[in-house]
Amino acid sequence: MITSFISTSIPLGVPLLYGSVGEILTEKSGHLNLGIPGIMYVGAISGVIGAFLYENACGNDLARMNPWLTVLIPLLSCIVGSVLMGLVYSFLTVTLRANQNVTGLAITTFGIGLGNFFGGSLIKLVDSDMPSIILTKTSSLFRKSLPFADDLGWFGEIFLSHDFLTYLAIAIAVVASFVLTRTRVGLNLRAVGENPATADAAGINVTAYKYIATGIGSAVAGLGGLQYVMAYANGVWSNNAFGDRGWMAIALVIFALWKPNMALIGSFLFGALCNVNNYIQGLGTATQELFKMLPYVVTILVLVVISMRKKREHQPPAHLGLPYFREER
Amino acid sequence: MNAPAPAIELRNITKRFGAKVVANKDVCLTANRGEILSILGENGSGKTTLMNMIAGIYFPDEGQIFIDGEEVVIASPKDAFDYKIGMIHQHFKLVDVFSAAENVVLGLNEKEPYNLKTATERVREISEQYGFELDPTKKIYEMSVSEKQTVEIVKVLYRGADILILDEPTAVLTPQETQKLFAVLRRMRDAGKAIIIITHKLHEVLSLSDRVTVLRKGEYAGTVITAETNETQLTEMMVGEKVNLNIHRSEPKDLTPRLEVHHINCSNREGVKMLDDVSFVANAGEILGIAGIAGSGQRELLEAIAGLQRLDSGAVLYNNPQTGKMDNLTTKTPLQIRELGVRLSFVPEDRLGMGLVANMDIVDNMMLRSYRRGHSMFLERKKPKELAEHIIEELQVVTPGASTPVRRLSGGNVQKVLLGREIAASPTVLMAAYPVRGLDIGASHTVYRLLNEQKEKGVAVIFVGEDLDVLLELCDRIMVIGSGHITGTVDARSATKEEIGLLMTKTAAAEDGGESHG
Repeated sequence: MITSFISTSIPLGVPLLYGSVGEILTEKSGHLNLGIPGIMYVGAISGVIGAFLYENACGNDLARMNPWLTVLIPLLSCIVGSVLMGLVYSFLTVTLRANQNVTGLAITTFGIGLGNFFGGSLIKLVDSDMPSIILTKTSSLFRKSLPFADDLGWFGEIFLSHDFLTYLAIAIAVVASFVLTRTRVGLNLRAVGENPATADAAGINVTAYKYIATGIGSAVAGLGGLQYVMAYANGVWSNNAFGDRGWMAIALVIFALWKPNMALIGSFLFGALCNVNNYIQGLGTATQELFKMLPYVVTILVLVVISMRKKREHQPPAHLGLPYFREER
Repeated sequence: MNAPAPAIELRNITKRFGAKVVANKDVCLTANRGEILSILGENGSGKTTLMNMIAGIYFPDEGQIFIDGEEVVIASPKDAFDYKIGMIHQHFKLVDVFSAAENVVLGLNEKEPYNLKTATERVREISEQYGFELDPTKKIYEMSVSEKQTVEIVKVLYRGADILILDEPTAVLTPQETQKLFAVLRRMRDAGKAIIIITHKLHEVLSLSDRVTVLRKGEYAGTVITAETNETQLTEMMVGEKVNLNIHRSEPKDLTPRLEVHHINCSNREGVKMLDDVSFVANAGEILGIAGIAGSGQRELLEAIAGLQRLDSGAVLYNNPQTGKMDNLTTKTPLQIRELGVRLSFVPEDRLGMGLVANMDIVDNMMLRSYRRGHSMFLERKKPKELAEHIIEELQVVTPGASTPVRRLSGGNVQKVLLGREIAASPTVLMAAYPVRGLDIGASHTVYRLLNEQKEKGVAVIFVGEDLDVLLELCDRIMVIGSGHITGTVDARSATKEEIGLLMTKTAAAEDGGESHG
């Protein structure tokens, strides 16, 4: 029972991990991207469109589909879709210096609308009875896990039975953590988020760092949407099924104190918290909803604790949310 | 000295902001290696703008820059580094949550991979070479102002700068720290670097620099050799007319005790004792100066009187001239104090933090003091507007208008707005903390004049200052504070600088003795 609890919690945490690592990278450049839920949604639908087109082109016949292309096409379309959304956000907030909160919320609303529009169009296209698109063939490749995982008992089930995007998420979090703390690029990026005027005077291209951090952050977050559809939801897209995972990812950034390695712990903890209600017997609907609040309650508690222990390293990047203009006097 | 090679030369530099504001017009200057050049000018005379063009922050509209005789284009801070130009800004450009070493290597494009340990070692080496006291692993937010400045200097030295520009480096330093900085600058000059220092403190110019270039309202007013000039000549060049450098001081009359402070004690948030058994009386009709090393409890003392600091014990009594009674202000909030009819004005050290709201315009800042007046539910804007316009005219505040956000004004003008507002409240007690910090001669003298006017009106003025010469010329009595203790009170007409300095350092020496184990 514990084994299955842990092993079913992990997939719940993965989209959150992608989302929060993406958001951390963006926030480190001083940009509070509240568009992350929308960007994850667009990442998911872009992957679905790519997969849908490729499956159709091959006549919906798994035998005719190249396994590499089946994975790469949704992956690339997901990245292109989410980076485009990130670019819209950066153009508005970095170049035009629009208010970050308003822009982010607009991007989320826009992204969800866009996703639902294309989702609905595809559903209409296949003329299905159910309000969803089913991409089982693509999903079956995305869900491939290590073949020997089943032979290794609880160890295999917990650590080895997952899809490759889960491991990619962990790898990205570890690499992001390393880059931020141990490399020159990371130092420069953190400086841009903390004090762009200082970074600028030190010869760092602030605008480039902001664009690139937001772009990479959006790509990473978008992958979270793709992982949700292709691996967790078995390739079934239905409008609005993604839920509030994007918002949870943003809450997780605060929980993780803007550290990708903490996001790793936090996302799987959040995954477990979201999973608890499935493992407690005899819960009514109302109580279930109460349990679903757990991750947010934990976030609030963390906020309270970190503001009581006023350590400067645990605060958000000092210039988060503020526009930067060199010649401002 | 035989003719040294010019390290940097500016010819006819002009910079405009928008169509109207001309920050620099046809400015020329040369700085040589092995020499300290002072740039002298009043606030708003374009000193910083000019230096920012050398550092690549701004780009000149007209004119040429030569480095070692060759014409160059400095389009960004990076270009400036490439020409080995390093600038230490007045507002430090440091990342608070980074360590000193991290700040030093920030933005560098070294070939070898990033390694914090080797960077830390290099920073330590440079510090030893020039005699800095600096811990490279210490975080910036844990540092004092002078330590932060040291980091800035090490930062430019690490980049191999041999043309150093310092923008008002002493504005935030204590006299001791200033002497240390000057020693370092002289050492760097002797190592063959070209040093340009922006300042408006005349005695610093005279004691430190080899040559002085003077700017007046953005224009070049001339260059003189320091050894061949004096304060009067420099002031004339700066202001464009003869200025009386003496501060007018009238004899105090009708002295009556206005504010009595009895044995107050207070501690800061970390529980460190900031005021230790402080007692004194401030009289109406005199200026009481407070001297002391920065951070000795001056700020806490004023805040305690203003009702902003919680006292551990002791009492603050106010002799109310309207009722003739003694009011106890000890446990009151600023609002309660005002409701008692006590007219207390406070010009805090932190002008844009505690004194004014930077993003609000001058009129709105006037209303911060008067918004409770008026009878309708809507705010009364007419009178504050008149007051703002009156202050702008009376004190010659340089601003596009009364609806300009305060943050757009220069330091001196911000101070005039704040002081103007506080005086307009017709106080009976006026407390001013470092009111001339960062102000040029003209603006400083305006402030002195205002304080004197208040004194003559019978206000009890408390003036916290750092320049002992000014304290001795302006005040009637000077109280010296050291580590939260009152170490003595002297008559400003008969006391000497040495006497006060001794009182200031007496406690410091006693403290050193107490910490002899360290």
